Amino acid sequence: MAISSLILLLLLLTAAAYLIAKRRALQTVGGRRNASQLNSLPSHYGALAAIWCVVPALVLLLLWGVLEGPVIDRQVAAQLDPATLDGGNVNLLLNQAQNLVASGRIDSETDPLRRGLAEHYRDLQDRSGLLRSVLAIALAVIGTAFACSRITRTLRARTRVERFMLGVLAASASVAILTTLGIVLSVLFEAMQFFREVPPTDFLFGTVWSPQTAIRADQVGASGSFGAIPLFVGTLLISAIALTVAVPIGLMSAIYLSEYAHASVRSVAKPVMEVLAGIPTVVYGFFAVLTVAPAIRRLGESIGLSVASESALAAGLVMGIMIIPFVSSLSDDVIKAVPQALRDGSFGLGATKSETIRQVVFPAALPGIVGSILLAASRAIGETMIVVMAAGLSANLTINPLEAVTTVTVQIVTLLTGDQEFDSAKTLAAFALGLMLFFTTLLLNVFALHVVRKYREQYE
Amino acid sequence: MNSFTDAALPATDSTATTKEAPDLDAQLAKFTGTVGNVRVDNAKMSMTGVDVHYGDAQAIHNVDLDLGKNEVMAMIGPSGCGKSTFLRCLNRMNDTIESCKVAGSLTLDGEDIYERNQDVVLLRARVGIVFQKPNPFPKSIYDNVAYGPRIHGLAASKSELDDIVEQSLKRASLWSEVADRLDNPGTGLSGGQQQRLCIARTIAVSPEVILMDEPCSALDPIATAKIEELIDELGKNYTIAIVTHSMQQAARVSDRTAYFHLGRLVEVGVTNDIFTNPTHQLTENYITGRFG
Ligand SMILES: Nc1ncnc2c1ncn2[C@@H]1O[C@H](COP(=O)(O)OP(=O)(O)OP(=O)(O)O)[C@@H](O)[C@H]1O
Ligand SMILES: [Mg+2]
Repeated sequence: MAISSLILLLLLLTAAAYLIAKRRALQTVGGRRNASQLNSLPSHYGALAAIWCVVPALVLLLLWGVLEGPVIDRQVAAQLDPATLDGGNVNLLLNQAQNLVASGRIDSETDPLRRGLAEHYRDLQDRSGLLRSVLAIALAVIGTAFACSRITRTLRARTRVERFMLGVLAASASVAILTTLGIVLSVLFEAMQFFREVPPTDFLFGTVWSPQTAIRADQVGASGSFGAIPLFVGTLLISAIALTVAVPIGLMSAIYLSEYAHASVRSVAKPVMEVLAGIPTVVYGFFAVLTVAPAIRRLGESIGLSVASESALAAGLVMGIMIIPFVSSLSDDVIKAVPQALRDGSFGLGATKSETIRQVVFPAALPGIVGSILLAASRAIGETMIVVMAAGLSANLTINPLEAVTTVTVQIVTLLTGDQEFDSAKTLAAFALGLMLFFTTLLLNVFALHVVRKYREQYE
Repeated sequence: MNSFTDAALPATDSTATTKEAPDLDAQLAKFTGTVGNVRVDNAKMSMTGVDVHYGDAQAIHNVDLDLGKNEVMAMIGPSGCGKSTFLRCLNRMNDTIESCKVAGSLTLDGEDIYERNQDVVLLRARVGIVFQKPNPFPKSIYDNVAYGPRIHGLAASKSELDDIVEQSLKRASLWSEVADRLDNPGTGLSGGQQQRLCIARTIAVSPEVILMDEPCSALDPIATAKIEELIDELGKNYTIAIVTHSMQQAARVSDRTAYFHLGRLVEVGVTNDIFTNPTHQLTENYITGRFG
C-alpha cells in the first residue's frame, strides 16, 4: 500500500475513533441529556481516542521510514558472497541495485549478479511495505479500542487532551532549538578541523586574509594566511554605514506614518515601503554598482578624494536603503500599539505633539524599536550579494569607507564556490568564519535583549 | 461643605418605589430645555449651543453652560449620558478622536477656544484634565509629576522642580506613600495611587481650570476625603469641573451642579437647591435613586 493511501486510511480511522469514543462517552451516562455528568465534554473523549488512534501509528511509520533502508541494505548485503564480487564494492553494488528498483528497469539485459540483487531488494521492499501497513493499521485499531475501553464518566479526558496539546507545543518549540543546535554542532565540527591546521590565535587575531593554499608543497607563497580581522572589520564597517542610513530614516518615517500621516496616506505609503524589502538583493546590487558607486566616485573626485571603484560606502548606502523597511514597518507597528491614553495624558498636560512623541510614545515603544533595529542589523551582517557586487572581494584592513573591503559572508561564498574538496584549510576556513559570525550575531542578540530587559525593569 | 447628610435628600416618595422601565422616548419627551440658570456673572468658561457628534451619533445636544470663576461645578448623570464627552470638549481633548466633531461656541476668558488660530497646547496648559481612567506614563513617579513643569519650563532649578513635585504629591495626598520610592515606575502603583498620581501630575502645572473625570472612582473613603479637601482648597483659586457618580460627593464639594441625561443638560442649579429641591422630574428621579 502506498504511503499516501495509508495515511489517508489512518485519518479516516482517526475520524471514526473520534466519533465512536464520543458516542461511547455519551452512552455511559445515557445520552446527550446527561452529558453534564461526564467529567469532560464528549468531544474531549473523542479527541483522546483520536490521539490514541493516530499517534502510535504515526510514530511507527516514522521509525519505519528511518530504519527500513539500513535494515534492507543489511539483509541484501548478507546475501552477497564476497567471492562473487568482481572487484566491486558492496556499497556501490547496493546503490546500483537500489537505482534499478527505483527506475523499474530490471530486464534480461541486466547482468545476473545485479539483477539478482535488485530482485531481492524489491522483494524485501514489498514485504516491508505490506508489513508496515498492517502494523500501522493494527496499532491504530488497538489504540482506539484501548482508549474506548477506558471511557468512564470519571475519566479526565480534558486534562489528558490538554496535556497532549502541551506536549505537541513543547515538541514544536524544541524542533527549532534542536535544529539550531544541530547546525551549530555541524559547523563547530568542521571548524575544529580547520583549527587543527590553523591555530585559533592566527585566525582570530591575524590581520592578513589570503586563503590561497598551495597545491604543491614547493610552490611560492604556499602557506596561505587566515587572519579574520579584515573580514570582520569590513562587515562591521558596511553594517555600520547601512545602519547609519537605515535607523534614522526608518525611525523618522515610522513616526511620520504612525503619528502624523493621514490614514489614507498611511494605507498607501506603508505597503509601498514594504515593497522595498521584497526587491531581490541582486537588483540592489545593480543599483549600487551602476548608479551609486559611480556617483560617489564622481562626487569624491570633484572634492579631491580618491575613491575606489568598489567602495564600502556604496555597498553600505544601498544596503541601508534595503533595510529601511525592516526598521520602519516594525517600528510603525509598535508605535501604533502605544495606548492612546498615554498620548492623551501628555496632550492634556499641554505637551506638543513632538514632545509627546519624544518623551512618552518613543520610550514606551522602545523595546519594539530595539527589536526592529536588531532585525535590520542582522540583515545587514548577513547580506552578501550587494557586497560582492559593490564592495569587492579584496580583504583590506581599513575603516576608510571609500576603499574596497570584503565581508565575512562574501568570503564564505567565495571559499565554497567551485569544485572543492572539503578537507583543505581553505574550504574549512569557511566553517570557522561561519561559526564566528554565528557567535557575533548571538552576542548582538543577547546584548539587545539585555537592553530591552533593563528598560522593562525600569518602566513596567 | 461636609454638612450634607442623607436627610438633606428629598424624602423618597413611598408611592413611587416601583421602578419604571427605562423608556428612552418617554424620557426624551420629558425634556423641553435646560431648567435653571446656566449663566453666572463672572464666567471663566462659557459654552453656548454645544453639539458633539461621534461619526453620525450625536452625544451632546445643544448644551449651554457657564463655569464661574473659582467655582466648583459638579456634573452628574447616568452612565453614557455624555459627561466625559462634554468635559473633554472644554480643553479640546476630543481633537484626538478622529470621528468626534464639536460645534457651538466655547470660550475661556471670552476667547473662543475652537477658533482657528487658538494654540491648543497653551489652552491645555491653562485647562488641565484628570482622565476617567488613570493613565500614568511609563516613567518614574517623579518624572510623571515633573513632566508638565518640565515641558512648560516652570522650574528654574532642580531644587525648585523637586519642590513642585513634592508639593503636588502632598496635595494629592500621595506623598507619604511614595516619598521613599520616587524612582519607581508610576505604572507599578495601585489603581487608586495611580489616580492620585494623575491628579498630582495635573495640578503640578497649576492650570487655571481643572477638569476632573471621576477622580475618586478607585479611592477608599479616606483618600476620597483627602481629594475632596484638595478640591475644596483648589476651588478658592481655581475653576473646577468634576464629574462624579457619587451624589454625596457632588453635594459635599460643589457650588453648582449640572445634571446630564442622554446628551442633554437637564438641570443646573446651586448644589443645595438641586439636592433638596430638584425641579425637573428626571433630576429628581436620578438623585432619589429612581433612575429611569
Ligand atoms: N470615542 C468614542 N467614539 C464613539 N462614541 C463614543 C466615544 N466616546 C464616547 N462615545 C459615546 O458617547 C456617549 C457619551 O459617552 P461618555 O463617555 O461621554 O459618557 P459618560 O457620561 O462619561 O459615561 P460614564 O459615566 O460611564 O463615564 C456614549 O453613548 C458613548 O457610547
Ligand atoms: Mg465618563
